[in-house]
Amino acid sequence: MNAKSASGIVVRGTVVIDVEACKGCDLCIEACHPDVLAMTTDMTNTRGYRYPELLVGCTGCRACADVCPDFCFQVFRFNEPKTWTSEGGLQ
Amino acid sequence: MTERRPVGLEVRSEVVLPTNVAPEDANLVADFTPNLIDVGEHHLCPGCGEPIAIRAVMDAIAVLGLADKSMAVFGIGCSTAFSNNLDVEVLQALHGRAPSVATGVIRMRPELAVFTIQGDGDMGNEGLQEVLHAAARGENIVCIMLNNGVFGETGGHLTVTTTIGQRTKNTIEGRDADKHGHPMRIAELIAQIDGVGYVARGAVNDAGNVARTKRMVVEAFASQQAGNGLSFVEILTMCPTGWFIPTEDAPDYLAETIAGTHAVGVLRQEQSEQ
Repeated sequence: MNAKSASGIVVRGTVVIDVEACKGCDLCIEACHPDVLAMTTDMTNTRGYRYPELLVGCTGCRACADVCPDFCFQVFRFNEPKTWTSEGGLQ
Repeated sequence: MTERRPVGLEVRSEVVLPTNVAPEDANLVADFTPNLIDVGEHHLCPGCGEPIAIRAVMDAIAVLGLADKSMAVFGIGCSTAFSNNLDVEVLQALHGRAPSVATGVIRMRPELAVFTIQGDGDMGNEGLQEVLHAAARGENIVCIMLNNGVFGETGGHLTVTTTIGQRTKNTIEGRDADKHGHPMRIAELIAQIDGVGYVARGAVNDAGNVARTKRMVVEAFASQQAGNGLSFVEILTMCPTGWFIPTEDAPDYLAETIAGTHAVGVLRQEQSEQ
């Protein structure tokens, strides 16, 4: 579940995804504890595989990188946690 | 703002964040490939557990600072796909013969951290005597066995470790003891041999088990460096192609069907006399 504060969703980290390396195996979706990775349903990479996208609420726990067989993830943790609101976006 | 999938019962943002550029105000906590894997691209199937296991092994070598003195001996199997991708010295052995090749290396260069990477078909079916005799001789090497219960590279038939009920290409209804015999527990077999320093069995079906497996490999190399004799780590990996299941179901299938027979944990740990 996403960590929520009164003013929005707390975002502690983010990932860079190598979309072209992905083979669409879904292991990261199962591994993601905050449940903020979702496979595309309407888009594929050039090899024809669906790939994961990042929703709001990443904690930078690196579980996705640890279980990815194709080394698609680079995980970052923000120096200061950010807050996402529907009005102001990620701040 | 795009909606990409049905929203479940839990509260979930439908906003997709950009993931194509690195942020400036953040620390890198995990890179695409660890330092000791030069090329991450490989031809293994989607959902394969072997790259995850090899990443854990290479991370463990980096943790111990053994990169410059380690030498890998690869057997034959799907994992051989990584024999050209690693930033350590690699020797290629024949089917099942990796522990014997490693024996030759460690006897000539006893200061090295020599390790073998084999699959269960390679180590268990094609060359079980190699690892058993290397263990009994107390060769100071680390043997890693990637166990998915399937001859992944050569057609998908059952191996000596295939568990009762496990699907492979020629046990499509699940392995039946009356027809196909019983599985062997290789780690338990090796753990009872004198001359063995460390034996453990890990798995890569979730992030917690990956971290645990990495610690096991660190312990194995530490034991090897202390001169305690052969170290053995069996790593349970997923093979959704060989098990005929969807990739996302493979981690649970491993936990339910395979880990019941091949229990994860440390089986033997000798303390150094130093």
